[in-house]
Amino acid sequence: MYRYVVTRLLLAIPTLVGAAALVFILMRLIPGDVCVIRMGSGGAHVNEAAVEACRMKLGLHDPLPLQFGRFLWNYFTFDFGTSMWSGNPVVVEIGKRLPVSLQIAVMATLIAILLAIPLGTISALKENTWLDHIVRVLAIAGIATPSFWLGIMSLVLVLDVTYYTTGKAWMPPIDYVSFWSDPLRNLSIVALPAITVGYRYSAVTMRLTRSAMLEVLREDYIRTARAKGLIEKIIINRHALKNALLPVVTLIGIEFAFLIGGLVVTEQVFNLNGIGRLFVQAVQNQDNVLTQALVMLVVAIFVITNLVVDVLYAWLDPRIRYS
Amino acid sequence: MKPKTGLWAAAGLAMMAMLAVAPASAQAPKRGGTLVYMIPADAPPSFDGHRETTFATVHATAPFYSVLIRVPPDNPASTTEFVCDLCVEMPKPTDGGKTYTFKIRTDVKFHDGSKLTAKDVGDSWNRIVFPPAGTTSARVSYYEMVEKIEVPDDETVVFRLKYGTTAFLPALADPFTYIYKKEILDKDPHWYEKNIMGSGPFKFASYDVGQSIKGVRNPDYYHKGQPYLDGFEAIFADKQSVRVEAVRGDRAAMEFRGLPPSARDQLVKEAGSAVVVQDSDWNCGNIVTFNHKRKPFDDVRVRRALQLAVDQWHGAPALSKIANVRTVGGIVFPGSPLAATKAELEQMAGYWPDIEKARAEARRLLKEAGQENLKFELTNRNVDQPYKFVGTWLIGEWKKIGVNVEQKVVPTGPWFQAMRGGTFDVVVDANCQSVVNPVLDTGKFLPKKVYPESYGDYDDPKSVELYEKMTHETDPKLQRAAMRAYEIHTLDTMAHGIVTPYWYRIIVARSYVKGWKISPSHYLNQDLANIWLDK
Repeated sequence: MYRYVVTRLLLAIPTLVGAAALVFILMRLIPGDVCVIRMGSGGAHVNEAAVEACRMKLGLHDPLPLQFGRFLWNYFTFDFGTSMWSGNPVVVEIGKRLPVSLQIAVMATLIAILLAIPLGTISALKENTWLDHIVRVLAIAGIATPSFWLGIMSLVLVLDVTYYTTGKAWMPPIDYVSFWSDPLRNLSIVALPAITVGYRYSAVTMRLTRSAMLEVLREDYIRTARAKGLIEKIIINRHALKNALLPVVTLIGIEFAFLIGGLVVTEQVFNLNGIGRLFVQAVQNQDNVLTQALVMLVVAIFVITNLVVDVLYAWLDPRIRYS
Repeated sequence: MKPKTGLWAAAGLAMMAMLAVAPASAQAPKRGGTLVYMIPADAPPSFDGHRETTFATVHATAPFYSVLIRVPPDNPASTTEFVCDLCVEMPKPTDGGKTYTFKIRTDVKFHDGSKLTAKDVGDSWNRIVFPPAGTTSARVSYYEMVEKIEVPDDETVVFRLKYGTTAFLPALADPFTYIYKKEILDKDPHWYEKNIMGSGPFKFASYDVGQSIKGVRNPDYYHKGQPYLDGFEAIFADKQSVRVEAVRGDRAAMEFRGLPPSARDQLVKEAGSAVVVQDSDWNCGNIVTFNHKRKPFDDVRVRRALQLAVDQWHGAPALSKIANVRTVGGIVFPGSPLAATKAELEQMAGYWPDIEKARAEARRLLKEAGQENLKFELTNRNVDQPYKFVGTWLIGEWKKIGVNVEQKVVPTGPWFQAMRGGTFDVVVDANCQSVVNPVLDTGKFLPKKVYPESYGDYDDPKSVELYEKMTHETDPKLQRAAMRAYEIHTLDTMAHGIVTPYWYRIIVARSYVKGWKISPSHYLNQDLANIWLDK
């Protein structure tokens, strides 16, 4: 297993280099640059000398192969660079935002697991009953509703409900505080986004759990277990669910990795200063250094999550062995 | 009897309303409280006002700094009045309008307790006007008239100009021209990019990157009695729905940039008397620029036809219901004494009062130019308010003379690149300024070789000549006439561009916010010193 993990980590290097090359090229295909945006996006006079000085300082005039080589070398030496927009180290920019996104991702994942696996299982066990129909409607509604829309609607609902019940519209705070400095305030800020994201996430997972369970429940070994006279609880928990969870774990892993950098609109709707919002800012500002770092971070998270999922496979299915 | 009763009732109501209003307007400012407001941006690139151009920097940092002069905080709508901040009194120019001597207050302290002197003022201004190697000043071009800045003693700063011009004082009142401590800049000219230490009404408390910035009251502030607030917290939120809901839910009292009419209507409907609205013409506008290097836009008949097709007088009121634009104007901000009157505007192409006559002339010109089936691409910026609204409106107007236009909406970077690289047919450009300074603000209409951000890429020595004449004229009447000549040449004779209706600034604030008055620019009047909370 140890050897397998090391091999997988080593194989991640070409993946990261490939992603680096791709994002490097794509960012430079966008017309314009950070200096022009910075000096003129307000619509006021653009000082050409200042723009040129900015370009020189940021090395934008350097040949592209040199810029790419420098970028790769810096990454190998763990120097992730400085944001072209703010001048702050990329590590600082990301470090400020990562806890927010991580917290939402973890909470949404927990909500999704707690909702999806029991409901998906019940739905499969009670196939074509009213309970199954309700769960399926919930799941389809979750998939069909964009989480940002749900976010806006939930905010409006909170405002309206508090206005009509107390006479004063209330909404959760919009300036993030960490869980460790003020847990109650933190939870009141992140609860709504976590629920709205978690609901969509659970909908997808719920449907997969249901279909995987249905497939497993029709397997011969389940029939055999029942024929042996095993009690239903053990059949479901030990034999059916554990096997049905293999594709579900993969999905949860992919979704979790996606949530770290993909909550662009949700973070904007709830004014959360997370990685998704930073991503959009970086691309809009044509901050190549920060965009590259964010892409590399997301790629690294995907690689690690996939590895964790693969390791979990072995635990869930003892037939799987890594060497 | 009935009508009489109604009359008395109306009179009574009017009296009650007057009584209700009168004490409110005479209310003495209350001390204390923290103003929470939103900044509709992600975060400023840096804190250095000398270097940055975005309002995000001013909205986040202006409360920490002093400036030499400014627009009057109690009457920021004035386009001609300037008052001292750090100086003792506004100087009368000498030497034929070429020398301005400012006496500096002696009671000003930086937030670190050290005394602010004329040396600090002179040094900051020298860095703004003549930036040393390795530093950036975004507004150098505003001060081309300045020959040198001298500091003869600790209480005096002298600006010597190359020529007398009315553009100087408004340029000097620019809100980004923070006064920094010389000693700090001497040690590290980049210190103010990441640090804050001024002499303004508030002291820096904390900054959470991309989240919020906080300030606390400066007890040593030199404008006695101010500021009224104990502190402020500015929260960065680029999403409009967040800002609107935050004001509705009283998580924030206001934002200072401006909301579109739909957001104003929503807030007024939902929050009722808990919010108040202030609005003003905005010293910003969209300009339609033709690429003179691309056919057929090198032909003045085509440009003029496109200008004549646009019904500004009927379009502006209709657009103002959905977009933050309102007032029809020429090249000068409508509130300025140098701006054209309605009668003067109506003499120029694009402003004719009879739109049918104008469109008939437009069709004739297109036919004459062999462009009856004209098709082109309109490049626009991917910003809703008001760019996309204005672009869509223009396309509809041009369709009425048989011109088919496709709108290409691109993000800010590619939009700039298209304009700077000349890779567009026609573009919706913007001209957004802070202090109303008609002489500088109208530079946008000069040829590119004189003014690099004039993206039409035309050569027009006559316009340069007219502009120079207007710039050097200091007599108000003669300058106004010179401005008219320059405007007529630019918009009517040469049809270099189309000035679309000026933007309209709408500020919705919680009704407990008092003391703040709207100005024609979202860059101005942001030090928060005169704001107080009635709660």
